[in-house]
Amino acid sequence: MATTLPATPRRRLTWTWLGLAPFFLFAIFFIFLPSASLFIDSFRTVEGEFTLANIAGLFAPPIPESYWLSIRISAFTALGGGLLGFMMAYALTMGNLPRWLRPFTLTFAGVASNFAGVPLAFAFISTLGRTGFVTVFLRSVLGIDVYDAGFNLYSFLGLSLTYMYFQFPLMLLIMVPAIEGLRREWREAAENLGASTWQFWWRVGLPILMPSLLGTILLLFGNAFGAYATAYALTGGQLNIITIEIGAQMRGDVLRNPNLGYAMALGMVAIMAVCITGYTWLQRISERWLK
Amino acid sequence: MKRQVSWLAWLFYLIGALYFIVPLFGTAVFSLQKKRGEIGLSAYQAAFADPKFLETFLFSNVMAVFTILTSLLLIVPTAYWVHLRMPRWRSAVEFVTLMPFVIPAIVLVFGFIKMYSKPVTLFGVTIFPSLTTSNLSTNILLICAYTVLALPYMYRAVDNGLRAMDVRSLTEAAQSLGAGWGVILWRIIMPNLRSALLSGALLTFAIVVGELTIASFLARPAFGPYLALLGNHRAYEPAALAIVTFALTWVAMGLIDLVTRGSQGGAMAGAR
Repeated sequence: MATTLPATPRRRLTWTWLGLAPFFLFAIFFIFLPSASLFIDSFRTVEGEFTLANIAGLFAPPIPESYWLSIRISAFTALGGGLLGFMMAYALTMGNLPRWLRPFTLTFAGVASNFAGVPLAFAFISTLGRTGFVTVFLRSVLGIDVYDAGFNLYSFLGLSLTYMYFQFPLMLLIMVPAIEGLRREWREAAENLGASTWQFWWRVGLPILMPSLLGTILLLFGNAFGAYATAYALTGGQLNIITIEIGAQMRGDVLRNPNLGYAMALGMVAIMAVCITGYTWLQRISERWLK
Repeated sequence: MKRQVSWLAWLFYLIGALYFIVPLFGTAVFSLQKKRGEIGLSAYQAAFADPKFLETFLFSNVMAVFTILTSLLLIVPTAYWVHLRMPRWRSAVEFVTLMPFVIPAIVLVFGFIKMYSKPVTLFGVTIFPSLTTSNLSTNILLICAYTVLALPYMYRAVDNGLRAMDVRSLTEAAQSLGAGWGVILWRIIMPNLRSALLSGALLTFAIVVGELTIASFLARPAFGPYLALLGNHRAYEPAALAIVTFALTWVAMGLIDLVTRGSQGGAMAGAR
């Protein structure tokens, strides 16, 4: 930071550029170069020659299964969490609920959407694990043993239920302002023309909210796809989602080819990039209507 | 038209509220049952009595403080400069701040280990020695990684704060009174950003303190890896610490609410 104003226009130009230099240098050294070094080596053999074998290796078992499991869990929790979050946002904005519920619920959602990782896994183990509160309650009071019925917390469904805990509050937080952006006049106009609630939502409300809805679901998908800590603490690395596989590869080169591990990371980033690009694009479209 | 949807709204709300509350309630009840047949705080006592708890918790808090300082130092001048002089670069800067959503923590730390576990050379000249060999340099690496994770939240908070004030007029007024850039940032911009900075800082704190992925792969003695390890051989203490962590997150978010509400004053009051 300079303490004096530059004297000549020419020097001023140099200074203007320098103002952003620390930020971009930081980004280069701690975001772009580390990721680029992974990506470059996913196109190399261990000896350093160019190859596409690592990328091809992504399509050989067991890697596609891991990607597929991650994609299914992310899609399931994005849709499930999205639906639940949207319903709750609808209830809060359009449902004539008492006013005081709103700030309280939104703060709670802010907390819950940040309550991920190890503590969240513990909370679900204490609730739905074999000796968890709800499991025991169902068994002793209602006589239902969910584990005998085939439920397992350390499985697809268990991990999905856990992920939903941070997924649906995020949906709620984004959808409440979006639904509020629907102008009162649109609703009144629809009512004056004789539309039912259902018709208003189907013909006006949902189409306007659609970009925002889809965008947020993509965001939720990416949110679950990149998660590692929750899954690791919950399943101890047994459920082979892609982040767990990359973690195992980092700990001890389980694939016997470090560069295949880099290719797995590249594949993840490619999928995340599609999600986030889609999200930003859809968000921009929805801003046209909802200001 | 509105009356008939009200019960449906209550139903939706209740489903969501139950999803919020049941795991918390279950964990809280579970954490009180360490001693068979009685309800008590012994799981909490046991968890706090472990010296490793205090050690790792303190370590993570120190890392959080340094992360917040680093991101403030990096982001406030950058966002200010973008607002004042380089608005054309806004989308480039925003693009960078979105990168942590594209590059998940596990990939980021993978790249860090690959790049910084050996000396970094540029055109044959070593510019960094290996950063994972000493505690200090690995801690610096951890702080840098956390700064990256906090980037989107911190940038958005600061950017919103700057939008709410007239950056140009404030700067020109300060300049005409003879203030330099350092004085402008420290004594004009920062005080006006107080609530934005505080909310960004609290959010960063909430993200960093229990973080597992990066801390565990950089082998740091942080709270997240300690918690994960505890979960492997204990049942009730992890539940107790989950409740404590949740309470901490709640405090952080509650403070953010309080701080940002204060800055918007009338607008929020009008909505009640």
